[in-house]
Amino acid sequence: MNSVLYARRRLTDRLFLIFSISAALFGLAWLAAILYTLLTQGLSGLSLTVFTESTKSPGSHGGLLNAIAGSLVMSILAVAAGTPIGILAGTYLAEYGRTTRLAGFIRFFNDILLSAPSIIVGLFIYEVVVRNFGFSAIAGAASLMVIVIPVVVRTTENMLLLVPGSLREAGAALGAPISHVIRSVTWRAARAGIVTGVLLAVARISGETAPLIFTAFGNQFWSTDLTAPIASLPQVIFNYANSAYDDWHRLAWAGAFIITFAVLTLSIVARLLESKRN
Amino acid sequence: MAGIALENYGTYDRANTVRRFGRGDARFRLLTLSAALLVVAIFLGVLISLVLGSWPSIKAFGLPFIWTETWNPVTEKFGALGPIYGTLVTSIIAMVIAVPTGIGIAIFLTEICPSALKRPIGTAIELLAGIPSIVYGIWGMFMLAPLLQTTLQPWLIETFADVPVLSGLFEGPPYGLGLFTAAFILSIMILPFISAVTRDVFETVPPMLKEAAYGLGCTRWEVMWRVVLPYSRTGVVGGCMLALGRALGETMAITFVVGNAHRIASSLLAPGTTISAAIANEFTEAESELYRSSLIELGLILCFITFVVLALAQLMLRRLEASGGKR
Repeated sequence: MNSVLYARRRLTDRLFLIFSISAALFGLAWLAAILYTLLTQGLSGLSLTVFTESTKSPGSHGGLLNAIAGSLVMSILAVAAGTPIGILAGTYLAEYGRTTRLAGFIRFFNDILLSAPSIIVGLFIYEVVVRNFGFSAIAGAASLMVIVIPVVVRTTENMLLLVPGSLREAGAALGAPISHVIRSVTWRAARAGIVTGVLLAVARISGETAPLIFTAFGNQFWSTDLTAPIASLPQVIFNYANSAYDDWHRLAWAGAFIITFAVLTLSIVARLLESKRN
Repeated sequence: MAGIALENYGTYDRANTVRRFGRGDARFRLLTLSAALLVVAIFLGVLISLVLGSWPSIKAFGLPFIWTETWNPVTEKFGALGPIYGTLVTSIIAMVIAVPTGIGIAIFLTEICPSALKRPIGTAIELLAGIPSIVYGIWGMFMLAPLLQTTLQPWLIETFADVPVLSGLFEGPPYGLGLFTAAFILSIMILPFISAVTRDVFETVPPMLKEAAYGLGCTRWEVMWRVVLPYSRTGVVGGCMLALGRALGETMAITFVVGNAHRIASSLLAPGTTISAAIANEFTEAESELYRSSLIELGLILCFITFVVLALAQLMLRRLEASGGKR
């Protein structure tokens, strides 16, 4: 037995062990620090007025009501418009296209859109919508919709592919046309998974800021007019954090806390749905 | 939509029903196909609208736009070199920090971690990958930047003061805000992403391979380095490329801390800007057509860079799926 070689191998192994444990500690420490700050700063900024008052000038106790409402309105619109498109497209890929060249092509572009920078999406909507109709809640929702679609397409396809082929065959054997089998057998079997995908998409857009800056533009006042500029939570955080006022900073932290809380809740619910399915 | 209402027909006409089914099928197929094609249309729409939007700037500055450093809204002279440099430098530094760390975490999770901790830590990391970038941004500005300014940055300046090349990279006052801080926050952001993807890839390695290597007396390091990593190489690289794509396009986390200066300083600690930060900061203030279209051309360049990176990542991950990734 070559003891020098053996000792060296053991040493490398020890160093490797130390490296990967410290990597894990390093990563987890930063992430814990972020959550800790968010919790302390965010909770101290939270108060009832945050949810009952709209944004106001610095010094007078304002809240985030208009921003929260704006975010909700745009997210709902984006999901309402993007989900059907995403589910239908995902259905095509999983049920009709499968391994054809066209499906591969669409899948490829969808995956690129899935991780494309959101600011690019904002520029796209600016060029197409804002340039013609001006800043509006609809433009903001449209940019969020472009982000929702690829997420839903991806998860829908994955979930439909998990449905066993024998279910489809059983439907077809009863004489049901393909479109019927898809709608009343496959979709139904994959429902939990598709809902998970939609929840993940909501989580993804609820923190999106970049595309909203030049589509929804922001609005200091309460507004539910879809054709007018509208406030959104991430954008208020962006503006307030960059301001010089302490009470605006506090509101920005409160907003960050609300968003993170919402996103984490959504992902946990999505996760629970998924584990229940398995 | 559930039942197919055959009872509506007084006399059962088979041919008619089959024809009706066929028409319904064709319609549904067409509907799904057009939704799928809409995805491609959006992709092409993004490219076309960016090219059209940046046309005035392309016409005015031509190709030299890419390697010109000037960025002057007053004289309307624009060049993209500063933001391109910032984007590349921050992403590269972020990858240098995050890739080894992220893989280290993945290794920790798959090989070292006691199994009771595996799920909670894994879940925590996946959840953190979903935290919006604006949260990282606000945290970076209020917490990380002051921290780096008083600790890591002075240390870097002092330590490398006498080292020829590095002293140039780490010189000047520690501003706090700057390319280095931006890169640091980026690395923290993509860290959970890299570990989550890498861990998934590691888990596709058949346990038999690892057990065989352990059976031969290999150490953990040898199993990782000689068996697991070679087996999962394509997937790991593909995952890292996806993370790189994310880092290149990341906007909000960076905008807060990068300092927003359109110039290329030799020091990494100096303020700079990135493509996405420049667009986010200046777009709504851009009054003139040329200014705005220059910003859109920046977006076009970013689009090009990230799409190439993402396409490569897709190809690699797809190859993995086709060959080894048996589930």
